[in-house]
Amino acid sequence: MASEPVVSVRGVVNRFGDQVIHERVDLDVMRGEVLGIVGGSGSGKSVLLRTILGLHKPNAGQVLIEGEDITTMSERELLNVKYRYGVTFQHGALFSALTVAENIQLPLREYLHLSQATLDELTQLRLNMVGLPLSAAGKLPSQLSGGMIKRASLARALTLDPQLLFLDEPTAGLDPISAAEFDELVGYLQSSLKLTVVMITHDLDSLLTVCDRVAVLVDRKIMVDTLDGIMNNPHPWIREYFHGPRARGVTHTVMTGTTHGT
Amino acid sequence: MLGFAPMLTTEHQADTLLLRLSGRWTVQRLPEIERALRTLPLNGLKQVQVDCAALERADLSAMWLLRSTLQRWEQAGAQIEFTAGAPEHFTFLSELQTSTPSPRVTHEAELLWPEQVVANFGEQVVELGQHARDHLGHFGRIVITHLRAWRHPRQLRGPSVIRHAYEAGIQALPIVALIAFFVSVIIAYIGASQLQDFGAGIYTVDLITLGVLRELGVLLTAIIVAGRSGSAFAAEIGVMQLNDEVDALKSIGLDPVEVLVVPRVLGLIIVLPLLTIVADAMGMAGGALLSNWLLDISIPQYIARVQDALAPTTFWAGLIKAPVFAVLIAMIGTHRGMQVRNSSRELGRLTTTAVVESIFMVIFANAIFAVIFVELDF
Repeated sequence: MASEPVVSVRGVVNRFGDQVIHERVDLDVMRGEVLGIVGGSGSGKSVLLRTILGLHKPNAGQVLIEGEDITTMSERELLNVKYRYGVTFQHGALFSALTVAENIQLPLREYLHLSQATLDELTQLRLNMVGLPLSAAGKLPSQLSGGMIKRASLARALTLDPQLLFLDEPTAGLDPISAAEFDELVGYLQSSLKLTVVMITHDLDSLLTVCDRVAVLVDRKIMVDTLDGIMNNPHPWIREYFHGPRARGVTHTVMTGTTHGT
Repeated sequence: MLGFAPMLTTEHQADTLLLRLSGRWTVQRLPEIERALRTLPLNGLKQVQVDCAALERADLSAMWLLRSTLQRWEQAGAQIEFTAGAPEHFTFLSELQTSTPSPRVTHEAELLWPEQVVANFGEQVVELGQHARDHLGHFGRIVITHLRAWRHPRQLRGPSVIRHAYEAGIQALPIVALIAFFVSVIIAYIGASQLQDFGAGIYTVDLITLGVLRELGVLLTAIIVAGRSGSAFAAEIGVMQLNDEVDALKSIGLDPVEVLVVPRVLGLIIVLPLLTIVADAMGMAGGALLSNWLLDISIPQYIARVQDALAPTTFWAGLIKAPVFAVLIAMIGTHRGMQVRNSSRELGRLTTTAVVESIFMVIFANAIFAVIFVELDF
């Protein structure tokens, strides 16, 4: 693992009115790793993600993507950074009026002038990559199942060949089997393409199978550690999260079993 | 050979082609890569040597395009050889392709021009028939739900009716008043300037009275309300459809027609006649002002003249149309909203349809009323 961080968050403060969401949060994401972000509902995971993406300006602090501070950038400079990452949103956020193929081609069409044949060829590549059948290309998002929407949205995120991928609750709303397949897919693409992945998740299985390190948002702060480290963290919320009644089964099987994706 | 592309140089000897890749083969440069690859000969090659030694960076999309070009040569019988090792990602791409045999993305066959016209026409006719039937069905459902609701007054949903009456009525007051006032000023102005030439200026008052009370007051009000509330009904119910809120209502055992549609229809039935009265009053006021100003008709004179021009039915001939227009507007707006499915584009399309259809239906109904009133001598 290289030493320089791809994303680094420095002393970020986010406030909404009197409510402090983040109080000087620091976070480094290293090249080639998969970092999972967990936290209770309302702990500011999505706000943190939006801050890193440059969609939300923090009240204080810096966000560096590949060494460049995006909080002080102009819109135009920011656009240059945005080419370099891909994002999937919680509910897919596919454009409902466009077909899957058009959704995937949108970034290419917008920035580059390519012939339809080339666009089709590249669309085929993306569909292959995320394991969607080619018959899905002409369908509208409303005709897809939940798992296919997540895959199509991953395909769109990968369109510009980013090295950095942000996933917001990629397995939320999927059945355990589809969720496991999706985790496997993320792990496979990550290792094949040497991607850096930041994923917000509530899914303990995802954390345990794909993530190298885990960041936990508690008490307006963030704690980052390896999986083992975080599981042995004495903080009461973290203990409850990883060792509570819903977690026990999962953590037990995974920690004693042999499944480990990365 | 390829002046613009330092990314690809070629040496072509007899049936051997040597490709030298260099620089950055990345997504940003796809257009150049596409052009460069397209200039290469398609067949007649026995051997292709690919040299990637000078390749600085390669990403997946660019390699995919290169690979499919190479595959085309291979299928045409050429031998591919990488002189400095296969570029990055090639193993990954092969893995992808072996796991998924992939037919190409196909586009639906398009019909020829004349067939297209006939097909379109047919589709439109069928659609029109379906629309008429759907609207009728929706109307029937509203009537039945409504009648049922009168037996159990709680189902009339008073608070909801009042909310819609407020939003569609009270909030529309300023715009309705303003437009009625100005339109009658325009009628009075044109009427006065024409009629004065015949020395019949006083008949301007008759024109305003009949025009505003019988037709314009109610028609303008209905059109404004169709634009304001018809679209609001369609959009609001449409978004509820997209969020599965309508299904949620059904699952709780509530009838969406009873909860969403009937209150809107009732609200509009209550409020449109009242708005019409306001529009009538503002129109008469506008006429009075202009008559006073242009024709030196004093207010008492104006009122006396209005009394003469009025038949006992004039006012009612306008007002009686208001509830009918209200039903049309509310029915079309809510029905279109209920039809929204799946996408934001549908929402926009059906909201537009709702407004266009309800304005059309209002004017169409008005024409029918005109004929009936003439026949009845109303």
